Amino acid sequence: MEPIVKLENVSKCFDEGKYVIKNLDLEIFEGEFLTILGSSGCGKTTILRIISGLEHVTEGKVYIGDEDVTEVSAEKREVNTIFQNFALFPHMTVFENVAFGLRMRKEKEEVIKKEVKKALDLVELDGFEERYPDQLSGGQQQRVAIARGIVMHPKVLLLDESLCSLDLKLKRMMQIELKKLQKKLGLTFIYVTHDQDEALTMSDRIVIIEKGKVQQDDTPQNIYQYPKTAFVADFIGESNLIKAEITGIKGNTIHVKTKNKITLIFDKDEKDKVGNKISIMIRPENIKISKSALQDGLKGEVKEVIYDGVITKLVVGVGNAFKLKVTAKGNVLFNVSDEVYLKIDKGSVIPIREK
Amino acid sequence: MKKNNLFKFICLTPVIVYAILLILLPLVYILFLSFCESDSYGGIIYHFTLSNYFTIFDITYVKIFLKSSLIALSSTFLCILISYPFSIFLRDKSEKTRNLMIKLVMVPFLTNSLIRTYGWIVLLRKTGIINSALINLNIIDHPLNLMYNNLGIVIGMTYTLLPFMILPVSSAVFKIDQSLIEAARDLGAGPISIFRKIIVPETISGVFNGSLMVFIPAIGYFFIADILGGGKAMIIGNLIKNQFLTARNWPLGSAISIFLIIVTFGLVQIYKKLGGKLDDLGGM
Amino acid sequence: MKNKVFKNIFIAFVFLFLYLPIIILVLYSFNSSKMNIIFEHFTLDWYKNLFDNRELLMAFFNTMLIAITSTVISTVVGVIGAVGLKKYNFPFKNLINNLLYIPIVIPEIVLGISLLSIYTLMKLELGLFTIILSHIAFSIPFVVVSVRSTLNDRLKTYEEAAHDLGASNFKTFFKITLPQIKPGAVSGAILAFTLSLDDVVISYFTAGPGSNTLPLKIYSIIKTGITPDVNALTTLMLLVTIIVLTTTAFIQGRKIMEAAK
Repeated sequence: MEPIVKLENVSKCFDEGKYVIKNLDLEIFEGEFLTILGSSGCGKTTILRIISGLEHVTEGKVYIGDEDVTEVSAEKREVNTIFQNFALFPHMTVFENVAFGLRMRKEKEEVIKKEVKKALDLVELDGFEERYPDQLSGGQQQRVAIARGIVMHPKVLLLDESLCSLDLKLKRMMQIELKKLQKKLGLTFIYVTHDQDEALTMSDRIVIIEKGKVQQDDTPQNIYQYPKTAFVADFIGESNLIKAEITGIKGNTIHVKTKNKITLIFDKDEKDKVGNKISIMIRPENIKISKSALQDGLKGEVKEVIYDGVITKLVVGVGNAFKLKVTAKGNVLFNVSDEVYLKIDKGSVIPIREK
Repeated sequence: MKKNNLFKFICLTPVIVYAILLILLPLVYILFLSFCESDSYGGIIYHFTLSNYFTIFDITYVKIFLKSSLIALSSTFLCILISYPFSIFLRDKSEKTRNLMIKLVMVPFLTNSLIRTYGWIVLLRKTGIINSALINLNIIDHPLNLMYNNLGIVIGMTYTLLPFMILPVSSAVFKIDQSLIEAARDLGAGPISIFRKIIVPETISGVFNGSLMVFIPAIGYFFIADILGGGKAMIIGNLIKNQFLTARNWPLGSAISIFLIIVTFGLVQIYKKLGGKLDDLGGM
Repeated sequence: MKNKVFKNIFIAFVFLFLYLPIIILVLYSFNSSKMNIIFEHFTLDWYKNLFDNRELLMAFFNTMLIAITSTVISTVVGVIGAVGLKKYNFPFKNLINNLLYIPIVIPEIVLGISLLSIYTLMKLELGLFTIILSHIAFSIPFVVVSVRSTLNDRLKTYEEAAHDLGASNFKTFFKITLPQIKPGAVSGAILAFTLSLDDVVISYFTAGPGSNTLPLKIYSIIKTGITPDVNALTTLMLLVTIIVLTTTAFIQGRKIMEAAK
């Protein structure tokens, strides 16, 4: 399948020599909901602005469809952006805001009326045509911004942290609506956010960016279950990272030893060598915890307890070597300095090799 | 409680006394004068009449009003024509550069306006620098009449009042949210559409603020008309000045002044309708 | 790229327009040619002439006296007035507030003639005193507006906190309010000072035949013929205003630097 947007070896620097993005390759395919996830200042918004044409690349090429748009300016690109603060024109009505792009395209008045109505129906805002942006709630403003984008029938719709200014409840609701809308329209969405929950909920594919580079590019499930780097493991959800060293290679397997002499066996990667340092990741929810002794279990002591309603988050010290974050479900009450037994599900222990 | 009252008294008395004695009273007095008659020796006859207001609509005066308004409008228009691109181009610069540039706009205006007007004589007269330069460059054969006419007055007014336009316009232009302009570009708007559909509507009250601060003085600055317009040139300012100092017809001069105040208040009302704040008019 | 060059050229042209007359005056104050057209050679003769011209010097002195006196008085009245108007309610407060906008919006000439009329009515002799009074009249509103922009709601809570801690009105004013509104007061004072130096119209009506200020002096000189002494004087005045401004800017800047530490 041909990508609908392609970034080829793209670099961007604002000040001389300071690269925000370096040698980035990225392909986005038709109809997918792609999320670019990263902490603030990682260059994710810059990637979006490069696709929209509001920023031009220092090096590299940008393709939309099969057309090289590297030198094409924003107003001539067939992509549209939903801005972080929505950027609704305050002096125009909802209707005029949504009609703006069509007017720029010099569409006929009856076409504009029809299209605007269709777009407002889609975001469930019919009847709000004559209101001004400051007469709308945050969620309604958000919908107008989306209507203003989709009315253009762009090849790709870009969303720049578009939900982050909404309150938590509204945010959850809009996440679901946004996803529904995307499926209904069959549009390609590129969504930029720093919120991992949002990314996991909505995306077909997530690209994690750190310091202008792709850390991992995969489905939400794979990113959560098989993080490729310690950064990703740490950034997405909670995780325990334990330092270890490769002590032996036997056929297609490697033997790994942690600081407190636990040996584990994993499949071999081609770059593995004896003496390489690796990390072992275990998600807290994959650790079974019990007050009574478990077969093959580790003995530990509860150090911290945070009760969170459905679950209880615990920090358990195992010997003097390390502490593990553990999530306990159910109604068993744990207290600090309780003696507990932990059992780690073998299949959920993931080796992470640093590049 | 007593001390509280003393503080209130000290704060408020000077400003209230000032507002009544130096603003209200003088204005009420010229309103009163405008309904009096004057004798031919410059005296005032305290006898109610509306004749001064009828005199204003005499064709000779109407002509001066129209000419003066035309000069003031042209100057206002020129100031907008300079301030808009100047502010839009400055918008791209860093905040530090912008602030410095705006300060530099103000510096020339710290000298007396008469002195600056005088500088224009050296530049504009027939044997002045601009004409000499143009002749030496073989662009023209004969010196241009750049002053002692309406053109000279418009140049002088535009020059003297330009900062009063640049300040509100630039501050309005700088305030526009960058994402609005980006959103417009994103939706396909070119530079001209962005100017018409985003920048103008977003800055209209700033422009009107500037226009007030240019237009109103431009109908009154008689000294610019005197110096750059030559002896014959008359704007409303000269007309009032003459009534008070030469012709000594104070009632007529007062009537013209009251007329000007009414026009001014009308303009201020429009400004308020456009969303302008009165406090912004005094903030330089 | 071409676009950027064009933009910068436009900005440069605007500045050329703004500065040309002043540069010319400064340059020609050192020009030995009296005709002002060609620059012959450098001279300080006009400055020497100027210092022999007692009338011009006197006018300069008067102008400075008027500017300083009116600035001080209008700043004090404006600052405490703005604070009082914000803080207290009294009958006809709205009227006073609206009256304060009048000198800002009406044409200067109207203010000039109405002040002239009232002085005549009160039989005040026109002279330095009436000029100073008139300059105060048009400066106070600018100070009030400038101070008002710094009187925000946060200041009110500071003041309430001070009262709560036992400070009297006067103590609160000097220890809390004044330091907070200082930027507004300073820019109001600078505005008043420059407006006074710049004024032609109001001085023209309220000066009377005997009094002698720079704008009036220059007005009469321009009408009779141009002498390079005026160029020299202009240069000196420009120097004074630039010194006043850079010192205030410097003091302000240093305060900010200190505060940043």
